[in-house]
Amino acid sequence: MKSAARGGAGSPAGQAPGSKAPASAAQASAALARPAGAGPATSPTRTAAGCATTTTRTATTGTRTTTTGTRTTTTGRAARAILVASALLLIALAVGVCVGPAGLSLPDVAGALLTRLPWHPAVTVPAIDTAIVWQIRLPRVVLGALVGAMLAGGGAAYQGVFRNPLADPYLLGVAAGGGLGATIVIVTGGSPALLPPAAFLGAAAAVTLTYLLGAGAGRAPSGGGRGLGSGTGSILLAGVAVAALLTAVQTYLQQEHSQTLQAVYSWILGGLSLATWSDITMILPYVIVAAGILLAHRRLLDVLRIGETEAGSLGVDVARLRLTVVMAATLGTAAAVSVSGLIGFVGIIVPHAVRLTAGASYRIVLPVSMIGGAAFLVLADVLARTVQSPDEVPIGVITALAGAPFFLFILHSRRARQELA
Amino acid sequence: MISFEQVGVRYGSAQALAEVSEQVPAGQWLGIIGRNGTGKSTLLRAAARLVGHEGTITIGGQPTARMSRRSLARMVAYVPQLPELPPDMTALDYVLLGRTPHIGYLRTETQGDRDICAGLLDRMDLGPMAGRTLGTLSGGELQRAVLARALAQEAPVLLLDEPTSALDLGRRVAALELVDELRRERSLTVLSVVHDLTLAGQFADRLLLLDDGRVAVAGDPASVLRDEVLARHFGVGLHVLTTPEGERVVVSSRSGVNPGAVKPPVPGR
Repeated sequence: MKSAARGGAGSPAGQAPGSKAPASAAQASAALARPAGAGPATSPTRTAAGCATTTTRTATTGTRTTTTGTRTTTTGRAARAILVASALLLIALAVGVCVGPAGLSLPDVAGALLTRLPWHPAVTVPAIDTAIVWQIRLPRVVLGALVGAMLAGGGAAYQGVFRNPLADPYLLGVAAGGGLGATIVIVTGGSPALLPPAAFLGAAAAVTLTYLLGAGAGRAPSGGGRGLGSGTGSILLAGVAVAALLTAVQTYLQQEHSQTLQAVYSWILGGLSLATWSDITMILPYVIVAAGILLAHRRLLDVLRIGETEAGSLGVDVARLRLTVVMAATLGTAAAVSVSGLIGFVGIIVPHAVRLTAGASYRIVLPVSMIGGAAFLVLADVLARTVQSPDEVPIGVITALAGAPFFLFILHSRRARQELA
Repeated sequence: MISFEQVGVRYGSAQALAEVSEQVPAGQWLGIIGRNGTGKSTLLRAAARLVGHEGTITIGGQPTARMSRRSLARMVAYVPQLPELPPDMTALDYVLLGRTPHIGYLRTETQGDRDICAGLLDRMDLGPMAGRTLGTLSGGELQRAVLARALAQEAPVLLLDEPTSALDLGRRVAALELVDELRRERSLTVLSVVHDLTLAGQFADRLLLLDDGRVAVAGDPASVLRDEVLARHFGVGLHVLTTPEGERVVVSSRSGVNPGAVKPPVPGR
């Protein structure tokens, strides 16, 4: 991305529109070959340039309309994309609630949904249907939506703050830390109720460790304080090291307690089969706070797209911005991971699909990734529990299996080639 | 407007800049010249507080060290040598980024901000390109978009780090002409690194020649652009020809012979 941007700036002569070149060249030779006028202040070449500007400026009235017309472009595109993604999410939620092994018909589901709502019309629904819809399907669908929104939103935020398209929310050790926390609970025979808090603490601790080590190294004298954001590279490297370390410990524990291997493995692959309303109420505050903070920083993440130095020269405290966004994304991701295990691929594929189809501004990418990520994970979960029914396929397998071809399709579509050109 | 007092910058143990003192009155253009690696860019980065510095830099009498980053960004606009230009960002969105120091933390731009930027795009003859992405603009258009973004900051001091290095000679002159017009329109104080010594002399009111991180010579273009000064600080055969109108043209010669001393080309004949 970076090199593409540089390339754009660095090869102007080739791209220059032919119509303007002769005028400027003539002006240049005039300025150099016949430098009339005593000093810089009164040089006639200046008048020539002034004329050129005035003539082109007469076209301003015409161009005004264009400017006005495009004024709302990004905002308008964002609104449109949010609308489309929301419609997709509604469909995904409906499909998620309607599809399942119990074989409830659409009226059954609708009736069951209505019975728990205030002022519902008089419908008679078997208690078992109501229980299936309200105790099994709805929590699973809602939890899937929250987790998907957080993973995709977290991925988009990480990509923005590290200016790295390959960043995902697990980059700084969330997955390794969460996995280790969960493994410790499982191998020590702890209650399953302890899994989410242990995974959450492990994930948060891992990222804190990464950040302390990485940001500290970034400030070391060898960096010389050159630029404001010298910490990015060292934070990413620290993340790799911390993740490797924690994964090694986790693998060791897992192998030492082979009788729990199956339980550990299935947690790591991730899934929503055990979703309950209490999971939702547990992670909801984190998700709301994290999503709120991330969305509030959407414009500043756009400023960061022109580089840390330039963002700094525009008055942005880059280090503080990075810390705030990473903390929020980590909090949300850790909460999601704590109830769902390590569902991969969502954090990378969804933000990029949004970039390629709707636009790269974070005013689009952040909200649309969250909504789209929710829809994506709900649909992936529907596949996970239906393709091999009554068995379940790990949802991480589905996200990659269904996500990768979908993503490749987008990448190769006409639009994508345009955007990346 | 902006003044440097004993300003120095260290990168680790390397002293990139030392004891630079200079004052640039409001509305003036200071050209910063010198070989590569002599601290020209560092001086601008210090003024924008993108690197820590020793000594004092004041703008309008206020030490920059005491300003918040945001208030400094309202006083100083900085254009780096190779601005990062996300190819999929629209020109209007890019220029709007320049409003950042005027937009509250976590707020979004207002219609007023959008109007200012639309006006700047029109001023730069980029009005029709407002909705186009940066990847589709030509080098000259990108150049003007970058300038528009800097002007959107509405800062009285403009720092340009070799703003024209990627342009051909014609476009380079046109870009500097534009900067000069804007400087007069908006009474900007301009500090720019310019590699082309002829252009530096033609546009700047005053030149600051840096060598090894220190001020070697400072003064009006006529006093700085002299054969012996350039020979001392650039170390190659550079010669200054003076046109009948008094403008100075710096040329190089491999033979060591001053082409001006042989037979000055008389244009227009």
